[in-house]
Amino acid sequence: MINRLTDTLDFQAQALSLRAERQRLIASNIANADTPGYVAREMDFARALREATGHATGPTALAATHPGHLALPTGAASASGLAYAAPSQTNLDSNTVDMDRERASFADNSVKYEATLRFINTHVKFMLDAMKSANQG
Amino acid sequence: MSMFKIFDISGSAVSAQSQRLNTVASNLANVDTLAGPDGKAYKARQVTFQTVLMNTGDGSPGAGVKVSGVSEDQTPGRRVHEPSSPNADADGYVTYSNVNAVDEMVNMISASRSYQNNIEVMNTAKTLLMKTLQMGQGG
Repeated sequence: MINRLTDTLDFQAQALSLRAERQRLIASNIANADTPGYVAREMDFARALREATGHATGPTALAATHPGHLALPTGAASASGLAYAAPSQTNLDSNTVDMDRERASFADNSVKYEATLRFINTHVKFMLDAMKSANQG
Repeated sequence: MSMFKIFDISGSAVSAQSQRLNTVASNLANVDTLAGPDGKAYKARQVTFQTVLMNTGDGSPGAGVKVSGVSEDQTPGRRVHEPSSPNADADGYVTYSNVNAVDEMVNMISASRSYQNNIEVMNTAKTLLMKTLQMGQGG
């Protein structure tokens, strides 16, 4: 029963740490906008979240056919789901950071981070309300 | 908490960009410098950036920037015919530094835009972290 109370919260917590990780990834890209040879990276957020919450399906999940096989690291910290962004315009110093795209992703990620935070806050509030007895006001 | 690393990442970029601005400033200051008695004028300097991987604690990558070196532009300086100058050589030419003011101005604008970008990244990260600190406090 207590699981049901915290399941949603757990999902949002995973989403929040993935959002924080993506934010850091984009910050790295923006920081290296002038570094020669730097290749921008991007996160497939939906896939990373599926893997983090243990709903990985298809080719991303590895089959363990031998007791010695190691499981893929799960949870938000796993670096899987990172990809190299395809350059929209080639650069003389082979840097592939597209500043317009990075800024857009950064803004998008900030808003969604805040949205996740708000989901968590509202959920906590719901639970606290439910726990209050009726005559406490 | 991986968001704290954003300050390290963007901070390294800001300090690298400010070093780039510094070299632009010294280049622009020396745009009209004459060669000294040794015949060598000021040479334009240029910083080189390099990615430095940061340990984020949880194994996921964070990429900061550092200035890996400062190189000098080896093109010969501008030679101008000024026979009246006390610094003129036997043929009446004086050698100025090889700084190209237009290149430096472009470099300056680029450095200042990148600097602003990174500051804004830090500001956003700070706002998000402040809101994270208030998590669960009603609101």
